[in-house]
Amino acid sequence: MNPIDQAKNAEAFLADTTHEDRLDKLLWMMRMRRDAAARLVTEWEELRTLASEIKEHTLSNLAEYLEQFEANAKANGVIVHWATDAHEHNQIVYDILAENRIETLIKSKSMLTEECELRPFLERRNIRVTETDLGERIQQLDDQPPGHIVGPSIHKTTKDVATLFSQKYGSDPNNEDPAYLAGVMRDNTRPDILHATAGMTGANFVVAETGAIVVATNEGNADLSAHTPKLHICSAGIEKIIPTTESLAVFIRLLTRSATGDAITQYTSSFRGPRKGATMHVVLVDNGRSERLGMGRFWHSLKCIRCAACMNTCPVYRRSGGLSYGATYMGPIGIIVMPTFDVRKYSELPFASTLNGSCSNVCPVKIDIHEQIYGWREIMEAKGQIQVVKKAAMRVADKVLSSPELYQVSTTALSTTLDLLPHFAIYNRLNAWGKHRDVPEAALETFHQWYKNHRLKANEVLGL
Amino acid sequence: MSALQSPLRNSILDAVRKNQPPPQPMPKIPRFHATAPDDHVTLFSKGVARMAGVVIADDVGDMDSFLRKRYPDAKVFCSAISEYEGTMRPSSLNHWSEASAIDVCVLRSPMGVAETGSILLSDIELQVHTIAFLAHDLVVLLDPKEIVDNIHSAYEHPYFKSRPYSLLMTGPSGSGDIGGITVHPAQGVKTLTVIFSPSPTSKRT
Ligand code: SF4
Repeated sequence: MNPIDQAKNAEAFLADTTHEDRLDKLLWMMRMRRDAAARLVTEWEELRTLASEIKEHTLSNLAEYLEQFEANAKANGVIVHWATDAHEHNQIVYDILAENRIETLIKSKSMLTEECELRPFLERRNIRVTETDLGERIQQLDDQPPGHIVGPSIHKTTKDVATLFSQKYGSDPNNEDPAYLAGVMRDNTRPDILHATAGMTGANFVVAETGAIVVATNEGNADLSAHTPKLHICSAGIEKIIPTTESLAVFIRLLTRSATGDAITQYTSSFRGPRKGATMHVVLVDNGRSERLGMGRFWHSLKCIRCAACMNTCPVYRRSGGLSYGATYMGPIGIIVMPTFDVRKYSELPFASTLNGSCSNVCPVKIDIHEQIYGWREIMEAKGQIQVVKKAAMRVADKVLSSPELYQVSTTALSTTLDLLPHFAIYNRLNAWGKHRDVPEAALETFHQWYKNHRLKANEVLGL
Repeated sequence: MSALQSPLRNSILDAVRKNQPPPQPMPKIPRFHATAPDDHVTLFSKGVARMAGVVIADDVGDMDSFLRKRYPDAKVFCSAISEYEGTMRPSSLNHWSEASAIDVCVLRSPMGVAETGSILLSDIELQVHTIAFLAHDLVVLLDPKEIVDNIHSAYEHPYFKSRPYSLLMTGPSGSGDIGGITVHPAQGVKTLTVIFSPSPTSKRT
């Protein structure tokens, strides 16, 4: 397969300026909300350090914690399965459904099931799947993958959704009121929810100490999916394990603030076992994670809690749209994760970055994202996966990052980084988002300058 | 675990063991208790309002009259508390999907969280879990003395280690998935109202 050409895909998105401009502003607003929320927590930086250290401790003792979780979950009455790869995961889920003669499944949003391409797998076997997350359902109806890991349909305008719902549900195509459209979705999916005989969820956190699966949603759709039917299947990547309920608190404080700027999601739920007369399965999925754990330079990417803050802050992502990455995970986290699945297919993704370091600055678990992006560029070069123009871009980055002084500048000031990169490194074919725009406005201020200058404004935005 | 599962499990665990980085220490998590108890009620109320919930601090008097006035179109009033009868009890639901026919459900939460405006519910209070998301409107009684300062304290509640289902609920369901504008409701409850009401069995003073 040819490598995904993110730049070319981005051009298609950029051609429609309405969508591009709107997405850019919307995601930047989320980034501002995140900053304002973080500022209200005095110990924010301490929490980030703790979260990073807890994840590093857990990942470096992962086998032990997985066994502890398994033992506790089983003691709680949960049936635990293990899947080496996506196919095994899908087969396990299908076998559970087939055994129980299930034909319709409701599910909440799960990036892991996207990664495993579960839905098409089940649909080919005549199981009807209804996504219950509003954004995910919109993408399902439009036959598109998610464009963002927290807001799957965030790239769509209200008009797009009104048109889609009118085609699929016969609603008013001219009513673009989000409350009306959410109501249309609620009315149309509720019968599926009430009659479903099986439900699936993902997992934000898997607590070894208690055998709990913790899921955070705004809509309550994980709870709907887990408990309305009598059969609950949860898919969880093995890296989602955390040691204790005490450590869970650290992550819950960081997750939603980093994602949307709210202090917590509306429903933050702990599922420890089935209710009376019901069954709960947990499928623990490896799918390349154990291999990544052994990648000295890249295993830190397993710390990710999927908050999407790195995407919201990324000037390339904001101007390219998530679909341009042609990948389950997009934006900065996608760039450092996707090549572990397929080096050739995702060989161009590491170039969809300015290496400005803003992603690493906002990451709640302190992943060195921009350094990993640079690391992947080096690997692509070593593997001969990149074209001449990208090699030139990398040599520039190499120069920047090999000098401590220049490196310092590049991670603290986007403007300086962009100044250091020659025109062709920014405005070349692979930086389609740059070709269509002047230097991103974020270049005018550093992250820290921004903090200083916008402290008051962000508070006003939040009405705090 | 099926016979087939065992080799898969062991091969995954072996691969993990082989690739694990050298063990790193677990950090000590400090107890970040920043707010004085007096602030808890104010902070909690702000948190609920921020998430589109409603707090009623005054005595509501007779619960039946209060609810009928507040929800004039409601017909099915489900009560999960002893001090109010309602028109039905959670135990009368045969199938859990039937909770979607409940207009208003009254519950008591054992804990609120000042930092976030969350209330704790579990299988004990709900009896039928689906009430937390299929009922239309939730009315939750909370003793203000049971409000803890933050999420660290909240996760010290024994439910998280003992109950099959525990939920920190913060405002009614919502979604920002269409146009980035948060709307209520999404799939879960339409409204959430918290009434401050001393617990008849409160152990705290
Ligand atoms: S890499 Fe960090 S910022 Fe990006 S999604 Fe993961 S946790 Fe969030």
